[in-house]
Amino acid sequence: MKVDIDNEILVKRDIGQTTRMAVRDLNLYYGDFQALREISLDIPERSITAIIGPSGCGKSTFLRVFNRMNDLITGVRIEGSIELDGINIYDRNIDVVELRKRVGMVFQKPNPFPMSIFENVAYGPRRHGIKNRIELENIVERSLKQAALWEEVESKIDQSALALSGGQQQRLCIARVLAVEPEVILMDEPCSALDPVATLRIEELMRNLSENYTIVIVTHNMQQAARASDMAAFLMMEDDRAGILVEYGPTAEIFTNPKDKRTEDYITGRFG
Amino acid sequence: MEIRTTYHRKMKEIQNDLLMMGSMVEKAIYQSVNALKERDIDLANRVIADDKKVDMKRFEIEDKCIQLIATQQPMASDLRTIISVINIISEVERIGDHAEGIAKIVIMIGDEPPLKPLIDIPRMTEKTVDMLHRSLDTFVNRDSETAIKIAAEDDEVDNLYDQIFRELISFMVEDPRTITRATRLIWVAHNLERSADRVTNICERVVYMVTGKMEEINVSKY
Repeated sequence: MKVDIDNEILVKRDIGQTTRMAVRDLNLYYGDFQALREISLDIPERSITAIIGPSGCGKSTFLRVFNRMNDLITGVRIEGSIELDGINIYDRNIDVVELRKRVGMVFQKPNPFPMSIFENVAYGPRRHGIKNRIELENIVERSLKQAALWEEVESKIDQSALALSGGQQQRLCIARVLAVEPEVILMDEPCSALDPVATLRIEELMRNLSENYTIVIVTHNMQQAARASDMAAFLMMEDDRAGILVEYGPTAEIFTNPKDKRTEDYITGRFG
Repeated sequence: MEIRTTYHRKMKEIQNDLLMMGSMVEKAIYQSVNALKERDIDLANRVIADDKKVDMKRFEIEDKCIQLIATQQPMASDLRTIISVINIISEVERIGDHAEGIAKIVIMIGDEPPLKPLIDIPRMTEKTVDMLHRSLDTFVNRDSETAIKIAAEDDEVDNLYDQIFRELISFMVEDPRTITRATRLIWVAHNLERSADRVTNICERVVYMVTGKMEEINVSKY
């Protein structure tokens, strides 16, 4: 008699079955240097996908591909396609400002603007043309509530955002992204500047947000990837320092029984 | 490049503890059956007293595993190894309890005259101890293929148990005055049979540790 416990049982959460973003045969070059090689993967909607790997393997470069943040760096060349809901975001007729509204980003270091909490969150919607004060107030309140920050800042909404704690500032940055109603949220090491409690709050927030949003996170913290993600992608460098995708699969599988020896060696700390 | 030397040193220590616990239990099984053969109540009492040491060893190993999980956050095969150790020590501890159970039966039998010379019970003992020993070797060698083979050998132990059962039942049928003594010998055999079943559980854990697959590899007929 054989009783196979299928790994799918371990992946309890019912993540979206639809692919939100699809990467196909991606190659990325900084001038002559190839930073990413032949990467293909599907990001399922309403889920958290973690990108892990050793320093310098191209995790952040890869993340920035999803909303064309690399366009800002001179000498970057991209081959292959990145699709958002089936449309290649590198097509010539794509409006990058509109793209970055749909695919928002949260950075490693909280970067609130030197203005009030309200203005930080209202900034995006204003830029996209919303002028009505009441409408803006509603957006700010909804976004701060979604970012689990509303109760802490409600009474000081017109005070400077810079007076908030690091963890609060990071949640404010998340609220700022949420204010423009994105579909995908990219997070580049969002907790590395935060203490453990603030980190767990962000992870909890990510979990709640993933009910409605698709999240892609780059993290150095293996425990964080294990705790907070549904899918995990392991990147590493080849000898010429180009980043490749070694393994991609459900997080529970990657962290209990990875298929590739290199993944195993990395997550068990045998190299890195 | 080895970068987790502390972790691997502690894991090695746990492995040695597990092997030591295994040899304590092997000894307990042999001694309990020897006590039966020799009608040696002192030896039986010693097996019962020594089982406390086995229980303590189990807690000691379990505690080390918990410490390692809490402080080192093992992943993948490291995680599977520690979880397997925690499961395996509980099986080994229960095999120790079966040896203790045999020792208690020896005390119950006291100085009653033997029913018959013991033949199949020592065979069962040899086989069970041998399976236990080799199953722990497969843990050390991370050898899931041999573990599967060892689990299959449980059928031999089951067959010996059948044989003992049939023989003792025929004693009872022929002469009801033997019922008490024959029943006690069946209890002894049953303890050995259960011990071998627990060895198959150890083998399953080795397979899980190596392959990540949780599966029942041999279901005992008992």
